[in-house]
Amino acid sequence: MSWLKPADAGFAVRSKLADLGYGAKLFLRLMVRGAQSLRRFGLVRDQIHFLGNYSLAIIAVSGLFVGFVLGLQMYYALQRYGSSEALGLLVALSLVRELGPVVAALLFTGRAGTSLTAEIGLMKAGEQLSAMEMMAVDPVQRILAPRFWAGVITMPLLAAVFSAVGIMGGYVVGVLMLGVDPGAFWGQMQGGVDVWRDVGNGVIKSIVFGFTVTFIALLQGFVAQPTPEGVSRATTRTVVMASLSVLGLDFLLTAMMFSI
Amino acid sequence: MQRSNSDIWVGLFVLIGGAALLFLALQSANLLSLNFQKTYNVTARFDNIGGLKPQTAVKSAGVVVGRVESISFDDKSFQARVTLALQNRYSFPKDSSLKILTSGLLGEQYIGIEPGAEEKNLQAGDTITATQSAVVLENLISQFLYSKAAEGSSSTPSTPGTANKK
Repeated sequence: MSWLKPADAGFAVRSKLADLGYGAKLFLRLMVRGAQSLRRFGLVRDQIHFLGNYSLAIIAVSGLFVGFVLGLQMYYALQRYGSSEALGLLVALSLVRELGPVVAALLFTGRAGTSLTAEIGLMKAGEQLSAMEMMAVDPVQRILAPRFWAGVITMPLLAAVFSAVGIMGGYVVGVLMLGVDPGAFWGQMQGGVDVWRDVGNGVIKSIVFGFTVTFIALLQGFVAQPTPEGVSRATTRTVVMASLSVLGLDFLLTAMMFSI
Repeated sequence: MQRSNSDIWVGLFVLIGGAALLFLALQSANLLSLNFQKTYNVTARFDNIGGLKPQTAVKSAGVVVGRVESISFDDKSFQARVTLALQNRYSFPKDSSLKILTSGLLGEQYIGIEPGAEEKNLQAGDTITATQSAVVLENLISQFLYSKAAEGSSSTPSTPGTANKK
């Protein structure tokens, strides 16, 4: 039992707590002082350009194919019960409520989160962040905050694009290829999808995911070991932690939003 | 703030995102059909509301004329108190009756208004008493089974079917 020393356990708990506290402090700084960076919107705009525009292609293409697959699979399942008219409703609900926000957040993690972590980590490794502090420029305000807010703004837009393109994909497969009646496709969808309950909650979800993914990516870059190894590890951790948090949070949010 | 080349691309991106949201709201959720018209509230009491939920449609002759505003339980009469928000442009006679109906065999439930014959119309705050509860499939089946059993053994006086009759 040499591996179980109380001191080790205590140290592990203490260091985890310290990490958690550091993360919470950074989050607060981003929220409070980082909000000022919204006034220098040029910085945020450049980051939206980098995070949003360059992610648009992968999000749109993935959304299209997810819509295709949903249309196909749901059609075969519904066909058995003779209710293939409900295809539009099923595709729209599953995209707007779950798949849109979640898959877009996972793709955003892989496409944008990793690059954020690597960028910040390399800045740290190159001591650019320390140099900024020497010049009395707050790196949190100048470097992290614009990226943070850009991610928060970008994420809901990307999720909406994902859902919309996915619905179009479901339409292409269901109506144009498999011959579901277009009136029933749209009519059932419009009858069953509620603007606030379904679309609105999906948007709220994607905003929460935007906060989560961007913050985890920035935090991992900011606390990375300033070595090539450390940056690579931080990037990996970003993907793992952000994906797991998105999936876990999604369950919690769904349970809270759609339980009643 | 100086302008930059990325302005137009960011603008386009935000526009595309906005258009997607608009598409979701208008085309998939049909926001336009949600009318923000004024409504008046009418309450109704049901013995059993089945699977009725808030925001369920209230239809008359198949046309949506309102929504279910809220559902609560009245522990004095042990009935469900359902508040309906009916659109102002539609008025119904005071003695109209309500039915909880199901669209299709497995569809969702809605409330149907059968107009009455009285001259006066329903006002805000009125209570509709002539209601017909939701059809509970289990009760129907058990009634059917009991009546079948009663037919089979009609000679015996104490059939379980009598116990089930209301």
